[in-house]
Amino acid sequence: MMRILKYVALDILKNKIIIAYAIMLALFSWSAFGLEDNAAKGLLTVLNIILLTVPLMSVLFATIYVYNSSEFIELLLSHPIKRSKIWKALFTGLSLSMVAAYVFGAGIPLFIFAQWNIALMTITVGSLLSVIFVAIAFLSSIITRDKAKGIGTSIMLWLYFALLFDGLVLFLFFQFSDYPIEKAVVFLSALSPIDLSRILILLKLDVSAMLGYTGAVFKNSFGSDWGLVLSFTLLAFWALVPFYLSLRKFKSKDL
Amino acid sequence: MGILTKYRFFLFFVGLLLANIMPNHAKTIHVGRGQAIIQIRKAIALAKHGDTILVNSGIYKEGNIIIDKAVHLVGKDYPILDGELKYEILSIKSDGVSVKGFRIQNSGRTTMSDPGAIKVYDVKNVSIEKNILINNYFGIYLQYAEKCIIKNNVISASQKEENQSGNGIHCWKSDSLQIIGNKIEGHRDGIYFEFVTHSVIWRNIAKNNLRYGLHFMFSHNNAYITNLFKHNGAGVAVMFTKKVVMMNNTFEENWGDAAYGVLFKELSDCYLSGNRFIKNTTGIFFDGSNRIVAERNLFQGNGWGMRMQANCMDNSISHNNFMGNTFDVTTNGSLTLNQFFENYWDKYEGYDLDKDKIGDVPYHPLSLYAVIVEKNPPAMLLYRSFMISLLDKSEKILPSLTPENFVDNKPRMSPYNL
Repeated sequence: MMRILKYVALDILKNKIIIAYAIMLALFSWSAFGLEDNAAKGLLTVLNIILLTVPLMSVLFATIYVYNSSEFIELLLSHPIKRSKIWKALFTGLSLSMVAAYVFGAGIPLFIFAQWNIALMTITVGSLLSVIFVAIAFLSSIITRDKAKGIGTSIMLWLYFALLFDGLVLFLFFQFSDYPIEKAVVFLSALSPIDLSRILILLKLDVSAMLGYTGAVFKNSFGSDWGLVLSFTLLAFWALVPFYLSLRKFKSKDL
Repeated sequence: MGILTKYRFFLFFVGLLLANIMPNHAKTIHVGRGQAIIQIRKAIALAKHGDTILVNSGIYKEGNIIIDKAVHLVGKDYPILDGELKYEILSIKSDGVSVKGFRIQNSGRTTMSDPGAIKVYDVKNVSIEKNILINNYFGIYLQYAEKCIIKNNVISASQKEENQSGNGIHCWKSDSLQIIGNKIEGHRDGIYFEFVTHSVIWRNIAKNNLRYGLHFMFSHNNAYITNLFKHNGAGVAVMFTKKVVMMNNTFEENWGDAAYGVLFKELSDCYLSGNRFIKNTTGIFFDGSNRIVAERNLFQGNGWGMRMQANCMDNSISHNNFMGNTFDVTTNGSLTLNQFFENYWDKYEGYDLDKDKIGDVPYHPLSLYAVIVEKNPPAMLLYRSFMISLLDKSEKILPSLTPENFVDNKPRMSPYNL
C-alpha cells in the first residue's frame, strides 16, 4: 500500500497543478490579510475563499485524476494486490496532497496573521473539507464510467453544497418563520459540510455575538467541547461515508 | 475719652471689618492618632456650622457616620473609612457639606436599605471630591439632592453577579447636579439616573461595569459631554427621556448578544453630535424614539452601526461617518419616517461627476441580508455564505425588497474629518 501511495503522491507532484493550487491559495490569503486593515476582516475574506475554492478544487481535481488513472488502476489490478488497498492508497494520496497544498497555501498566513486558536480551527476545518470533497469525488467517479457524467456529478454536488443548500435553508427559514425552528435549523445546517465548517469558524470569531439566539443554540450543540467532538465526528462521517460507498462499489465493479 | 469719642465710629468700623474678615466661628478640628480627637463621629458632634474637620491618615472603622451639619470633611493622605461590609459609611443629611480626599471601602451589602459608601439624603449644595471608593455596594448615592457636585472620584468594585452589586453613581429624584471626571469600574451600572434633571455629566469614564455604563430613565434636560463608556456588560441604555444632549462621548467595545453602544428607548428631542461608536455589537439602537438629531458621529467596526425600529419618527441622521460596520443600518419595517442625508458610507460605490463631494447616485444603506435578518433572525446563521453575497449584490443593483425610501440621496464621497 505504501508503495502505491508513493507512486500516487509522486505522480500528483509531477502534475504541478497541486503546487499551482498551493501558490494560488497562498496569494489569496496573503493578499487578503495584507489588504484588509485588520486581521479579523482578512480572516473573513480568507474564509470565503476557503469555503468556495477548496471544495471546488478538491472535487474537480480528484474526479479527473481518478478517471485519468483508470489505466494505472487496471495495471495494478493485474498484480496480486487487494482491490481495497489500491483504492485506499489512491484516496490517501489524493487527500494528503490536497491537505498539504491547503496547509502550505493558506495555513502559513493564517498562523502568522490570525490568532492561533482561530487559525487552528480554520486549518483543521479546511483540511477536513479537502478530504470530504475528495471522498465525494471518488463516489461520483466510481458511479459511472462516463467521464462527462462523472465530472458533471461532481460539479453538481459542489454547486449544491456551496450554493443551493444555503438557498434551500433560507427558503425554509421563510416558510417556517412562524414556528420555533432554531433547533431544526441548527440541525439542518449541520447537514452540509460547508455550512458546518463556516459556522464552526464563525463561532470562533467576534461576530459570533451577532448570530443571536440561533447562534447560541448552535454554539451549545456544536461549539462546546462535546459539541466540537460531535461536529468533527459529523465532518469525518462526511468523508468516510462517501468513500466507503465508493470502496464497496470499486471492490465489486467490473472494470 | 475725648479721643475715643472722636474715633468711636472709626473703631466701630474697624471692628466690624475684622469680624467679617476673620472666620471667628469657623474653626478646623483635627482628627487622628495623636490628636485630641480620634473619632470622626466625635469631631462632627463637636463641630459647628461651617467648620472644617481635617482627618489624618489611618483606618477609621466607626460604622455609620452621619453628617448632619454643614461641615467640610477633608482627608489628609487618604485616610481609610471602612464599613466592614456591614454599614453605610457616610450619610450626608445637611446642606453645604463637602467630603474630600478619603478612601472609603467595604460598605454593607443589603438590598433592603441599599447602603452606599456615600449617601446623600434630601439636601443641597453638597460636594464630593477626589475620593477613592473601593469595594462598596453603592458608590455615591444621591436622593432628592440639588445642586451637588461629584467630581474626580475613583469608584471601583469587583463583584461578579449583578444582584450583589450596586451602582457606581446612583442619583434619584435630583436636580442640577454636576458629575465630572469620575472613573467608575466594576459596579452594576456605572452611572444611574432616575428622575434627574438639568444636570451635566462631563469627562467621566465608566468601563467594565457588569450591566450598563450609563443607565437613565425620566431624566430630562441633561447634557453628557466627553464621557467614555467602554466594555460594559450591556453597553449604555437610556429610556423615557426628553431633551438630552450627548456630545463628544465614546461608546466602545460593548460587545455581546444583548449589548448596545447606546440603546435609546422612547427618547425624544435629543441631540447627538461628535460621538464615537466603535466596535459595539450595535452602535445605536433606536426604539420608539422621535425627533432626534444625530450629526457628525462616527460609527466604526460595529456589527450593526444603527438599528432604527420602524416605530421611530422624524429623526435626522446626517453628516455621520459609517465605516467598517457589518451592517450600516437596519430597520424592521417598510415604513420609513426618518431622514438620512449627507452621510459618508464606506460601502457606497457611486461616483461624483460634478465634483461637489456628493455622490450622484443615491445610496440605499439597507442591505437585503440586513432586512432578511431583521425579519427572520435565525437567518443570521447564513452570515458570510456565498449565496447571501450573491443575493446582496443583485439587490444593490436592482432594489426590490428593501424599502424604497430608506435612502441617502446625498451620500458623501469621502469621510468627514471627525
